[in-house]
Amino acid sequence: MSGTMIIDGRKIPFTGQKNILSVIRDSGIDLPTFCYHSELSIYGACRMCSVETSRGEIIATCSEKPRDGLEIYTNSPRIRKYRKMILELLLSSHDKDCTACERTGKCQLQTLAKRYGLSNNRFTQSVQEHEIDSSSPSIIRNPNKCIKCGDCVMVCEEIQGVGALGFVDRGSEVIIKPAFNKKLAETNCVNCGQCRIVCPTGAIIIKNETEKAWNALYDKSKRVIVQIAPAVRVALGEEFGKKPGEVSTGKIVAVLKKLGAEEVYDTTLSADLTVIEESNEFLERYSKGENLPLFTSCCPGWVKFAENKYPEIVKNISSCKSPQQMFGTVLREFYREKDLEDGRDTFIISVMPCTAKKAEASRPEFIHEGEKEIDLVITTQELALMIEEIGINFDEIEEEAMDMPFGIGSGAGVIFGTTGGVTEAVLRKILKNKYGKDDCEIIFNSVRGLDSVKEASVNVDGSEIRIAVVHGLKNADMLIKQIKSGERQYDLIEVMACTGGCVAGGGQPTPKYITRETRLQRAKGLYNIDKTSQIKSSDDNYIARNIFEDVMKDKRHLLHVHH
Amino acid sequence: MTSEVKEKVDNILFRHNCEKKELINIIQEIQKEYRYLPEDILIYTAEKLDISQSKIYGVATFYENFSLEVKGKNIIKICDGTACHVRKSVPILNAIYKELGLTDKKRTTDDMLFTVETVSCLGACGLAPVITINDHVHPKMTPESAIELVQSIKKEEM
Repeated sequence: MSGTMIIDGRKIPFTGQKNILSVIRDSGIDLPTFCYHSELSIYGACRMCSVETSRGEIIATCSEKPRDGLEIYTNSPRIRKYRKMILELLLSSHDKDCTACERTGKCQLQTLAKRYGLSNNRFTQSVQEHEIDSSSPSIIRNPNKCIKCGDCVMVCEEIQGVGALGFVDRGSEVIIKPAFNKKLAETNCVNCGQCRIVCPTGAIIIKNETEKAWNALYDKSKRVIVQIAPAVRVALGEEFGKKPGEVSTGKIVAVLKKLGAEEVYDTTLSADLTVIEESNEFLERYSKGENLPLFTSCCPGWVKFAENKYPEIVKNISSCKSPQQMFGTVLREFYREKDLEDGRDTFIISVMPCTAKKAEASRPEFIHEGEKEIDLVITTQELALMIEEIGINFDEIEEEAMDMPFGIGSGAGVIFGTTGGVTEAVLRKILKNKYGKDDCEIIFNSVRGLDSVKEASVNVDGSEIRIAVVHGLKNADMLIKQIKSGERQYDLIEVMACTGGCVAGGGQPTPKYITRETRLQRAKGLYNIDKTSQIKSSDDNYIARNIFEDVMKDKRHLLHVHH
Repeated sequence: MTSEVKEKVDNILFRHNCEKKELINIIQEIQKEYRYLPEDILIYTAEKLDISQSKIYGVATFYENFSLEVKGKNIIKICDGTACHVRKSVPILNAIYKELGLTDKKRTTDDMLFTVETVSCLGACGLAPVITINDHVHPKMTPESAIELVQSIKKEEM
């Protein structure tokens, strides 16, 4: 549908936008919303996007299709009054302890209250005290800051197919929480943190563990080693004014050194280890025809989802530990003797784009005799908080290189951070010397991008390998159902819980509105790093090979786990 | 859940083709069978309908008519719509509360014989004030006649 609308007296042409709101925003007016996310279904709860038509009607533009000739006013006196009233009412039942809130400065409610000049509120404060749910290892839910926009419910249900949160009760009593008064940790929550990405206020935030990081960094008896996941480097910069996808690896290393980390290593390297182990495992299973399709195991949100909903396919999940845990295993082996010599403890922190990684690190199979493989997981967002706290000028800090011996990863390892990356990395290894360069490019391109299910088929030594790449757990759920019904058949399936993969993980910075574009730009950042890296395929990474021949010699089994 | 309960619930689900859109009807039948919505049955139903527990819990808590707590054998509904209210339904409610030892917060007797509820309008304003006992309508009540009714049920139950 195309045509022209008259917005505040200006003629604005439109073509194909799904609602009036998009037309208005495209025309350069930032109409406020709480409950609207372009990737979620339209709920129309907040009414902030309302405008007045020339006939005096007030319409919620998120829920109306653009119409040719429609004349609207986005800031008429009535609309201004209306919007202020909504904000006043929301604020009157909102826990306004802003200085103690982690979202302060990025809170949509705060931003809009400021934008509409709400200096005093006519209504008396009427906050019902609800218990804060801090049972989850990954996120904290504070219902006193909830404005009931429903974004978290929608993302959990529609995108992740989990439905851990829902609306309970009705009208003024309504509250968003898990079913049957359970705590989040007792539900089927997979800790992906997507609810926190869409939450406009501080009602759902990451479990902040920066204090633990500070304590370790200040402790002289601890050798603090930090590993950085691929997706962190293309998003952290956003917290300091950079664009999504802008690469800041060198700055992150420098910052971590300033914070007091002794060694900074690259999770890309352990992604290479994963690729080598996983492709070997796949080829072995494939030749035996055992437990196929093989599902990837690097995403802890996905692993938890499978355990909750499809326990029967858990045996199909790769036995490889995720790159985070593999790195932990290698580092423990590497530093064991050194720790004894120096009389110090090695404390391993991983910086991850992911809230579920916090939960993964605490899984019992990754704790050996009381020692965790990874001592602490902090998210990209938490690292940003630490950088702000110490007052480093991120713009000006000089870049530094990762430390050796674990600071070099391949391009294949870097693209782990986006959907299709694991598959492409595995393909680069198993197709080597079997396909020409151009054919490889075509196959690799078919697993890139944001289509919900991507497919590829390759021929290795005369047999066909069918591959699927899926992201967003709801998509994974549908795919599994189709596999079970026999509708689709695959040999290898990559699953990432979050739409777009780790680049859009629950621990990443939250842009004002997360869109397809944000995901694509961050992924592009990773592909750019890949383009300029000298080592393209994981098995060409000589450091990875060294690890197998040296540190992990005869200990390869430690890199595997049975879920 | 016992296999007997499972069979009953399966039957209800089967009658509604195990369809998601039948959710409210299914929950209604479960409530009819058990006089409330037991948690384990709701969880089982959610699984069978392939919907989340939050969804079914959301629907169950949205409607006043659904109860997640066990109800008594006899359900007394006191109408407090406008007509009944002005014709003094509140004294009737208080009299019944007193007779059964109940309050606003505690609406079911310990012996599980009675649950007392208020409703906004039963649609029988001409007969105000009205109460229903197990969906049987009793018109033009007074506190005294209401207590008599309650006592007669008590006697029957003895």
